[in-house]
Amino acid sequence: MDELTGLDLSAARDLLAKGEVSSKELTEAHVAAVAAVRPLNAFITETPDKAIEMAEASDARRAKGEAGVMEGLPIAIKDLYCTEGVLTTAGSHILDGFHPPYESTVTAKLWQAGAVMLGKTNMDEFAMGSSNMTSYYGAVENPWRRAGDNRPLVPGGSSGGSGAAVAARAALGATGTDTGGSIRQPASFCGIVGMKPTYGRCSRWGLVAFASSLDQAGPMTRSVRDAAIMLTAMAGHDPRDSTSVDRPVPDYEAALAGDVRGLKVGIPKEYRLDGMPAEIEALWQQGVDWLKAAGAEVHDISLPHTRYALPTYYIVAPAEASSNLARYDGVRYGLRVPGEDLTDMYEATRGEGFGAEVKRRVLIGTYVLSAGYYDAYYNKARRVRTLILKDFTDAFETVDVVLTPTAPSAAFAIGEKMDDPIAMYLNDVFTVPASMAGLPGISVPAGLSEDGLPLGLQLIGRAFDEETVFRVAGALESAAGFDSEPPFIAGR
Amino acid sequence: MTSLIQGKTGEWEVVIGLEVHAQVISEAKLFSGAATAFGAEPNTQVSLVDAAMPGMLPVLNRFVVEQAVKSGLGLNARINLHSVFERKNFFYPDLPPGYQISQYLEPIVGRGTIVLDLPDGATRDVGIERLHMEQDAGKSLHDQHPSQTYIDLNRAGVTLMEIVSSPDMRSPEEAGAYVRKLRSILRYLGTCDGNMEEGSMRCDVNVSVCRPGEPFGTRTETKNVNSIRFVMQAIEVEAKRQVALLEDGGQVVQETRLFDSAKGRTRAMRSKEEAHDYRYFPDPDLLPLELDPAWVEQIRANLPELPDAKKARFMEDFGLQAYDAGVLVAERETAEFYEAVVAGKRDPKAAANWVTGEYFGALNRTGKSLDSAPVDADGLGGLLDLIADKTISGRIAKEVFDLMWETGKGAAAIVEEKGLKQITDTGAIEGILDEIIAGAPDQVAQFKSGNEKVLGWFVGQAMKATQGKANPGLVNQLLRQKLGK
Repeated sequence: MDELTGLDLSAARDLLAKGEVSSKELTEAHVAAVAAVRPLNAFITETPDKAIEMAEASDARRAKGEAGVMEGLPIAIKDLYCTEGVLTTAGSHILDGFHPPYESTVTAKLWQAGAVMLGKTNMDEFAMGSSNMTSYYGAVENPWRRAGDNRPLVPGGSSGGSGAAVAARAALGATGTDTGGSIRQPASFCGIVGMKPTYGRCSRWGLVAFASSLDQAGPMTRSVRDAAIMLTAMAGHDPRDSTSVDRPVPDYEAALAGDVRGLKVGIPKEYRLDGMPAEIEALWQQGVDWLKAAGAEVHDISLPHTRYALPTYYIVAPAEASSNLARYDGVRYGLRVPGEDLTDMYEATRGEGFGAEVKRRVLIGTYVLSAGYYDAYYNKARRVRTLILKDFTDAFETVDVVLTPTAPSAAFAIGEKMDDPIAMYLNDVFTVPASMAGLPGISVPAGLSEDGLPLGLQLIGRAFDEETVFRVAGALESAAGFDSEPPFIAGR
Repeated sequence: MTSLIQGKTGEWEVVIGLEVHAQVISEAKLFSGAATAFGAEPNTQVSLVDAAMPGMLPVLNRFVVEQAVKSGLGLNARINLHSVFERKNFFYPDLPPGYQISQYLEPIVGRGTIVLDLPDGATRDVGIERLHMEQDAGKSLHDQHPSQTYIDLNRAGVTLMEIVSSPDMRSPEEAGAYVRKLRSILRYLGTCDGNMEEGSMRCDVNVSVCRPGEPFGTRTETKNVNSIRFVMQAIEVEAKRQVALLEDGGQVVQETRLFDSAKGRTRAMRSKEEAHDYRYFPDPDLLPLELDPAWVEQIRANLPELPDAKKARFMEDFGLQAYDAGVLVAERETAEFYEAVVAGKRDPKAAANWVTGEYFGALNRTGKSLDSAPVDADGLGGLLDLIADKTISGRIAKEVFDLMWETGKGAAAIVEEKGLKQITDTGAIEGILDEIIAGAPDQVAQFKSGNEKVLGWFVGQAMKATQGKANPGLVNQLLRQKLGK
């Protein structure tokens, strides 16, 4: 098992291409790995039979000389993606027993490219959280541990199950979704790569909605190259999503070929927070030095509205969520808790079906949209959002990419920060601005904290310039040479 | 034609504005490909989007946008090249997503005008404030089960245009004329079938009263009135209710009411039914709608001739009176039928009289429509030709017309078959008249002593003797000669 699951996605692809391993063998090893990592609670649903079936079909296609970009590669799918006939929960009680009669566009594209589904990964309920603690299906454990401390840690969130599964070698890659940092922050906490592409790059059709103007699908993998391969299969215009953008999808893997000499990297002074741990600050400086050494030019820049991004995000995202989650009313699918009359049934269903964090955000969202508060909150937040985007647009006149830390800390212990939602929301302080601006961002594992936990650096690029982001990420990855492994790995 | 209400303490003026919900003619829904046909089995025309399944997204139907633009142009209204869809949030089981996608702050159509045709032939302008697109809801069926409500989502997501008038109307009759005219324009455009029985057009009626010349009073909104007659009744009873209330020292409360057509009164909706904070905000699943001005101009260039232009042309080219022209153009099919009868060669006034008189009468009597009528435009034209060339008299023509309607045969064939050809042979008529005169010395004497009326008796006798086939003009002329005048 270890031999095959220890491979990264591109290495496995090359072995498949050479015929040294079949998709069935590779998939069987990963099905066993998924079972082996059960203590992490990374999966809500395992689909071993489906995986083997898909692997056999893939081997048959390869035998006929048909092989897609992801041919035969077993991956995990965040449980926010609707998968035909397979339980889809969004981490919520309210979607009990929901088996969609349709397949999301992004997963359909992955299967079309030959990928194999191992199962559906755990996540914060409706993608609302930064710790995976809000899932109805329970917390996910990070496969990493602090040195000399066996307390279980959070994998980050909301794509915590995907992050843990990939880090523990239970899947070659996993899909995540990112609304304010839900791919990048868990990638940083789990020591893997997480890419949130430009808003509109991947279709949102079939993705259970959290905040429609922010939600984006993206890959979580163990290398930059793997992320590039996977995004190539996931991206593309979809006429069924009016916000998806009709532009050709480049071969992102090919974009890794160049170097970064002469590229201009911006360092935003506003990301230097008071009280930020010194090790984060030091890692950021290390990143600057690595890129300089690789031939890039480094420039100090200003993104003056950065400090408004987080509060603005916590108006816009809950507002949209309060409306998006109205459809979970017990009438047509999922949980229904009977009541005396219609209103009572609504209240009982939603009261029992939603967890505390989801309720908190629905209440915040309802409040900021309500009569008399709309202009002060929602409308103002929309205006601030355009200023945040303008900060980046201005910056990208002088630089090609922006380098920041991904998160203000390493993974924290399960149970920490749970009584303080604001402290929890601060996890996203570095990832939210790119989300608000709709820009592509990637987290690359760059080093370990003093107590031995992975830390990521984030690169933010111009809209639809994922290629430059991948290229710089590749340079950062090479320079960092991050090869530490978590103590918990499938099959060991 | 302001009609004032006479109260106990003096006269009151009624101020009326209407919001009409018109269902757009389109094969597919506003944001989904599901079908829209009326009367289908419950829940057979529902897409994943209409049922608000998780992760489903709306995609705007371009044809519906064209229909809305067309409607706006037909109302002489401003087309907004930039408009925005917003979500109107509220919970109801027949509204699956928990919000209705509608246009709110930035509708696709702005200010316009409708010209009302009033019964006395006069016209009156009523302002249009806006037209916007929105989704219809599904239907809750409360009568299928003793304790549960059933939901039919066929209508969920079908496109409605909400057309809002200015408070420019002053009587129930004007409101009726407004709905008729709006319906006529939309039917000409092919953007709404105007079928109020099937719910394709519904009205919300805003009514207030005030002393003539004084500022408007507080208004009420009576929802979902579904026929022109009920619109007029609802205004009548609501205005009288308000007058009585005010005259008794009470105050009108701004509220939503319902019209009970059985009891002929309006009642306030329970506050629970209307107390909503809709929390409108731009729908993040949809981009703002941007229209290409060239596309709008292309739609404008292809608009059909609308009722006002047609009416003016009928008056100008055919010499028709405003009233007749108005009646003929109210429906596009009628106007086209009339023009086919005239066919560029027949007397337009005679044709107008026949179409609005005998022909409409026969349609009403037999419950037929232009499509199913046994006499078509050519058939009626053939009949008019026989009158014009004096083959038959107008009176005989009515008989012939009835036979045409019964049998579906042509006018000429019936005239031939039944021997109804008019007698225009002077000799033959003279012979008949001589006999009548010889047999009626009393009547001759009366006539000679100055009783002109008795002439009619002679004509009647002549017609009777010829089964109505004698040319009435000729009979008159010959009678006068013979009776010595």
